[in-house]
Amino acid sequence: MSVSSEQVRHIAKLARIAMSEEELARLVPELNNILGWVEQLGEVNTDGVEPLATVVDQKLRLRDDVVNDGNIREKVLANAPEAQHGFFAVPKVIE
Amino acid sequence: MSELTTKTIAELRDGFRSGEFTAREIAESFNAAVAAAKSLNAYTVETPDDALAAAEAADNARGSAELTPLAGIPLGIKDLFATSGVDTTAGSNILKGFKPPYESTVTANLRKAGAGMLGKLNMDEFAMGSSNETSAYGPVISPWRRKGSNVGLTPGGSSGGSAAAVAAGTAPGVTGTDTGGSIRQPAAFTGISGIKPTYGRCSRWGIVSFASSLDQAGPMAKTVRDCAILLEAMAGFDPKDSTSLDLPVPQWEEKLSSDLKGKRVGIPKEYRIDGVPAEINALWDRGIEWLKDAGATPVEISLPHTKYALPTYYIIAPAEASSNLARYDGVRYGLREEGVKTLDDMYAATRAAGFGAEVKRRIMIGTYVLSAGFYDAYFTKAQKVRALIKQDFRKAFEQCDIILTPTAPSAAFGIGETTDPLAMYLNDVFAVPASLAGLPAMSVPGGLDAQGLPLGLHLIGNELDEQTVLNAGLAIEERADFTARPEKWW
Repeated sequence: MSVSSEQVRHIAKLARIAMSEEELARLVPELNNILGWVEQLGEVNTDGVEPLATVVDQKLRLRDDVVNDGNIREKVLANAPEAQHGFFAVPKVIE
Repeated sequence: MSELTTKTIAELRDGFRSGEFTAREIAESFNAAVAAAKSLNAYTVETPDDALAAAEAADNARGSAELTPLAGIPLGIKDLFATSGVDTTAGSNILKGFKPPYESTVTANLRKAGAGMLGKLNMDEFAMGSSNETSAYGPVISPWRRKGSNVGLTPGGSSGGSAAAVAAGTAPGVTGTDTGGSIRQPAAFTGISGIKPTYGRCSRWGIVSFASSLDQAGPMAKTVRDCAILLEAMAGFDPKDSTSLDLPVPQWEEKLSSDLKGKRVGIPKEYRIDGVPAEINALWDRGIEWLKDAGATPVEISLPHTKYALPTYYIIAPAEASSNLARYDGVRYGLREEGVKTLDDMYAATRAAGFGAEVKRRIMIGTYVLSAGFYDAYFTKAQKVRALIKQDFRKAFEQCDIILTPTAPSAAFGIGETTDPLAMYLNDVFAVPASLAGLPAMSVPGGLDAQGLPLGLHLIGNELDEQTVLNAGLAIEERADFTARPEKWW
């Protein structure tokens, strides 16, 4: 499989990264090179193999369903590029 | 007191306790060394006051109550660890100016053990790289140079600032992180030791995420003993990390022993690959002899899926990265690109401006292999091959107790010398399989190549068996007698 510049444009949109035509043109052969190389995994017979989910066997833990954190709004907002009235502020979404 | 910077952590600890020198003298020596080594570009932030404050606490505590294990020891911290109130940027423009209001569990553990912080250490952006060249702060320059040459060399990556700091004597020990070799390859390139423990030993809480099923923190230092001391302080169960192992932390330092009688050392035949310099294979053979001398028996083993480890890694790691890095949206922290009208444009412009080329490349690959129609062909397939790689190791450890290989397929290379992304990825060919299997693995210095650059030997242990890794590392350390240090030019 190889990717076209149209597909790379679509991936960039999915990844929310703005890209110039030059950048897209440069990425097409780079991505094809890497994808062509990883496709050697097709040689491996994986019939009946369960995909690995956890690398070290362990059970997921449960904790008591109680609030144990919070009331740190100032801290949460401290690094925001823009905060107003105790909220994160973003460009207007609804006209 | 400049000679203090040549001492190991064990020597500093013991000298401080016996009153030979004060913690303040230690901190001042290293602070001065950090300030004098700016040309290495190893530190992104210097925090001399933090180191001095911890030293003062240590000096006040001496002789009174029981001293904490790292009292009097200042450390360098990789910029991937959240440090309360101190810039934490993962080497990226997208996190420029981010001051976490919290402390990572690993650094909190080190602080609890008494350690102070010398500063934050430069690294490849989001730990994606093997040469430190992808950092938004520019590359770290290795203190090592080829014999008779002034060419700037890479300290390796992604923990390149960490490695350079120890090799140059600007920190007695440091934290690193390893996703696919990022502790071990730079340790090998700079003639120091570094260990990645079993996945889950060190909490990932407060470490900027790259590929969560692979990321592990670990220490880097001059000696195996120092690595054991630091790892004991860093590791431990943390309820805030759902993959943290709920197990007691072993006393690795106390149980250190280079006596390997009865241990079987696996030599994987698939690691004899084409194109690796003869010097590296010769060092590997010397390593086998050293372990034999320590009482171990070499056995040939087979890890049949070795050649598929790198392509597997370069599906799984970018896939996880593309998910993890979705959080950088210009809303809650870090960079926001202004001057665009819509929210969607703000996301795309912020991420375009904030991420470097390698990070974008990996996000793109990850997004592609996870996208509708390709998920099974790439991601699920890679997770199946990963299961086979894990199984290879499981079978191998029925025949052996520890595995010995070279750490990297070359010595350090020059900055700017490797421009092809695929060629760069091949640096981690020996390191990545253990990462995919979640196993503890360590690099220790083995010797110098013909150009006078360090080469490392790589030990891979069975799950939770850091002790055998450290013990075999100590056996090599005692026999390799690696005392070479870079000649000071910075």
